[in-house]
Order: sequence, then C-alpha cells, then structure tokens
Amino acid sequence: MTYAIIGGVLIGFAVSIMLLFNGRVTGISGILGGVISPRRGDILWRLFFILGLVFGGFLIRLFHPESFIQLTPYNVSDYVIAGVLVGIGTLLGNGCTSGHGVCGISRMSTRSLVATGTFIFFGVLSVLLYKWLRGGV
Amino acid sequence: MKSLTAFIVGVIFAVGLGIGGMTQTHVVKGFLDIFGDWNYALIGVMAGAITTHGIFYYFIKKRESPLLDVEFHLPIRHDLDKRLIVGAALFGLGWGWGGICPGPGIVGISSFDPRFFWFVGPMLAGMAVFKVVEKKIFG
Repeated sequence: MTYAIIGGVLIGFAVSIMLLFNGRVTGISGILGGVISPRRGDILWRLFFILGLVFGGFLIRLFHPESFIQLTPYNVSDYVIAGVLVGIGTLLGNGCTSGHGVCGISRMSTRSLVATGTFIFFGVLSVLLYKWLRGGV
Repeated sequence: MKSLTAFIVGVIFAVGLGIGGMTQTHVVKGFLDIFGDWNYALIGVMAGAITTHGIFYYFIKKRESPLLDVEFHLPIRHDLDKRLIVGAALFGLGWGWGGICPGPGIVGISSFDPRFFWFVGPMLAGMAVFKVVEKKIFG
C-alpha cells in the first residue's frame, strides 16, 4: 500500500507540473489522440510526453524491474480485444484513468466522476466475465 | 520549453505508474476483481494522485494563466451525454479484459514484454479508426 501511495503522489505531482507550466490536463488517451490526428503546432509536446513515458519505463526497468513482472496469462487475442476497446472507448468518452480518474476528479468535474464510476463498474464486470469464460483472472 | 516540461512530466508519471503497480496486469485485474481475491492497493494510487493534484489544483487555478502559455486548456463541459457513458463503458470493458490502460500500455513498451505491443498497436489502431468514423458521424 505504501508503494501505491508513493506512486499516486508522484502521478499527482506530475500532472500538477503539466497544469502549472503548460496549462494542460495530463490525459494519456487525449494526448495520444492528438498525435493520431494532429493539429498544426500542437504535436511536439505530445510526442515529448510520450517519449518521457517510454524513458520512464526504461528507468523502471533499470531500478525497479519488479514493476514489470506479469502474473496474468499471455493471450495475444485478449490484449488485441482489450486494446481496441480501450482505444475506441477512451476517445469516445473523452478520457481514461488519468484524464477522468485523476485530473477530472481532482477538479471535481461531474463528467469525470460519472465516467470514472462507469469505467470502474464495467471494469469489474469485465473481470467477472473474463473469469467466467476463462476460469481465472 | 513546453516539450521539455511534457517530457519531464512523462518520466515522473511513468515512474509513478510503475511504483504504484499500474504496470502490472494482475495488480490492475486484482483491483477490479472485487468479488474475488480483491487487491485494493490501487486505491492508494488513486487517493495519492487525487489528493496531491487536488491540493495543487486549488492553488494553480488561482493563476490567470500557466507559466508557459497564455491560457489554461481545461475541459469546460458539464453535461452528461451518451457518448461519455458508452465510451467509459467500452474503456472499462477493455481495461478489465487486459488489465492495462493507455498510460501503463505505453510505459510497458520499455519492458519489451510482447503483451504491451499487442495492446498498444490495436489501441492506436482503434483510436485512428475512431477518428475517421468520428468525422463522418459527429462532423
């Protein structure tokens, strides 16, 4: 739990820097969406942000590799299904865990509160369905 | 300058996700498995992030503008529509199915674990297809 809270505080700190300096919400799906259909003069910071995420991933790999240990089974089709649903769902619903769950709730946005409640509810449902079909988490 | 801050934010964000457990599919799925062997640790990530940003947001919003831009770019809508609910529902289904959301998906690429490539590729493809369809439907 201590690690979870430290991780959360770091995330909260990171999105605060983004807001204070760039005046932006740190919503990963929104930032990715803006790279996929870019507007003039509004793409470079997005690419650098993504580069930062990947670089941060390398730091984790070097200094805290436990964070990349996966205990769920590896089924290509499951990740493809998950990826497509996440890609379409986050752009349709204007946000994911970061944009709605962290930034939006911190601003007490009604839309984000409802979106977060909805995706957690359907996430729970999805895990239930997965366990029922596959016989395990 | 904005690109530099975005890069730094990306690095800190990624490390936070990793330390918090968000880059591990069984931790995320365990959090959503409330009727099974529930792993509530991710409540700590949500609470830590929301509390921290909530406090900073209170002070930052008092400013006229951010440090590197003339204005804040914050969402202004308050209405609840079908798009928001259906989108969040689809996202939730995908999140629970794979145990990965967009941020950890990108961060996970650095682990070279193929599951992240199989997640991120289709996610970006889904986003691209959506952008095309969106223009046709919503204009």
